[in-house]
Amino acid sequence: MARTRFQADAGLSSRMLLTMFLLGLLYVVFVAVLVALLGRQWLPLVLLIAGGFLFFQYFFSDRIALASMRGREVSPEQAPELHQMVDRLCALANMPKPKVAIADSDLPNAFATGRNQQHAVVCVTTGILRRLSAPELEAVLSHELSHVAHRDVAVMTIASFLGILAGFVVRSSIYAGAYGGGGWGRSNDRDNNAGAVILLVVLASAVVYALSFLLTRLLSRYRELSADRTGAILIGRPSLLASALVKITGDMSRIPTRDLRAAEPLNAFFFAPALAPGFSFSSLFATHPPLERRLEQLARLEAQLGRPA
Amino acid sequence: MKFLDALLGRSRPAPPKLDALFGVTGAAITLEAAAGTRPTGQAAVCFHPASGQGFAAASEELKELLDLAVAEAGSTLKVTDDRYGYRWVVLADPEMEDLVTSVHLVNSTLEQHGFGPQLLCSVFAFATADGGRRFHLVYLYKRGTFYPFAPLGGERRDNELELQVKATLGGDLPVEPELARWFALWGLPLD
Repeated sequence: MARTRFQADAGLSSRMLLTMFLLGLLYVVFVAVLVALLGRQWLPLVLLIAGGFLFFQYFFSDRIALASMRGREVSPEQAPELHQMVDRLCALANMPKPKVAIADSDLPNAFATGRNQQHAVVCVTTGILRRLSAPELEAVLSHELSHVAHRDVAVMTIASFLGILAGFVVRSSIYAGAYGGGGWGRSNDRDNNAGAVILLVVLASAVVYALSFLLTRLLSRYRELSADRTGAILIGRPSLLASALVKITGDMSRIPTRDLRAAEPLNAFFFAPALAPGFSFSSLFATHPPLERRLEQLARLEAQLGRPA
Repeated sequence: MKFLDALLGRSRPAPPKLDALFGVTGAAITLEAAAGTRPTGQAAVCFHPASGQGFAAASEELKELLDLAVAEAGSTLKVTDDRYGYRWVVLADPEMEDLVTSVHLVNSTLEQHGFGPQLLCSVFAFATADGGRRFHLVYLYKRGTFYPFAPLGGERRDNELELQVKATLGGDLPVEPELARWFALWGLPLD
């Protein structure tokens, strides 16, 4: 008996696994370099402070994201149709219902946040509610619910820990170097030696920071593709998600630059990234895959649906 | 395995659980004996239509099968789409057993064509002894559980009746333990 018509995408999973492996490897190498250069006594402190950032981001991700987008949670009485849509999608996907929020922004977008399924929030902007038809909105919601199911906030927060750590080491090393140095080095009075160690730490951290930045962005793009895929499979209509994507990205390039900038820090959790037109990031740095890539994947899924049983 | 799937972003569509559905026949007897409520002879299957030729073929076959089954058992059938884009196959038959069999036929046909994940819920309609209050027994495919849904006017629910039904059914049917998953189905196409 055919349980589902969609074939697994082993390529996407293995590319994602490789990216995560490289990030982990980089992490191990970085810690080893720090231990070799700084000695053991400073490492726990550095890890503790960077871990503190991570902890904060992890546990308050839902509130941070909602607050910075000025999203407010809505009750089923305030937004009955939206709640009903989420209710049904959750029943289809067999997952607990997340909180539902609406953000007052004309930017057509949606995002999901929260460290796990119990603390998840799905937020849509008033702009997206106005522009999309009900079935398209449902497709967008199923994409966001897939982010929740894949625990993307937790995965991306942990993945970005390395970047936070490296950035923190760079900053504190420069600080230590500028104010009397020595503090980081193996405590002796050979100032030249200590200076060289600090320089090495800064260099190593900068390289690690750059590499981890590229890798987390790559991971983010893979996770977007995964969410597209799972979301399209959930509602069984890949083309609906494609049409919502086209509508949103088409609309977004017409929005004034100022509005777009205000929303940029949250890009990683957005449905489509809010980049200003003409502000050309190379695709290497993008949090989201290019529109063509996403549409192509959805077209492939649609073709699988068309095949006779 | 579930953790790994989440980590790799490849969670699979939830397959439906169909077996518990046959428990409704027994539950209807329990409800009638304990609370005097009776089935109204109506039931419905709700699913999310998919796009493409594959689903169209499955729908076609489903329709033929149902027409046959309906002609044999003397029940009636209609198909409607609601405003959320979900499709309802509404069946009517005075015999509870025939009703459950027809509902199962819809499920198994969709599942055989690979559209099991599209199934949302099945609904069986009941009325209290005085006929004044209606409620529905909703079957969640992905959970394999039932819950009562008693709509009142103006998108309110008769929670008292729902909890009463839950208490009565406790032993007979797997009742959904998480109240947050007892989602409302406003405007469902049953009387």
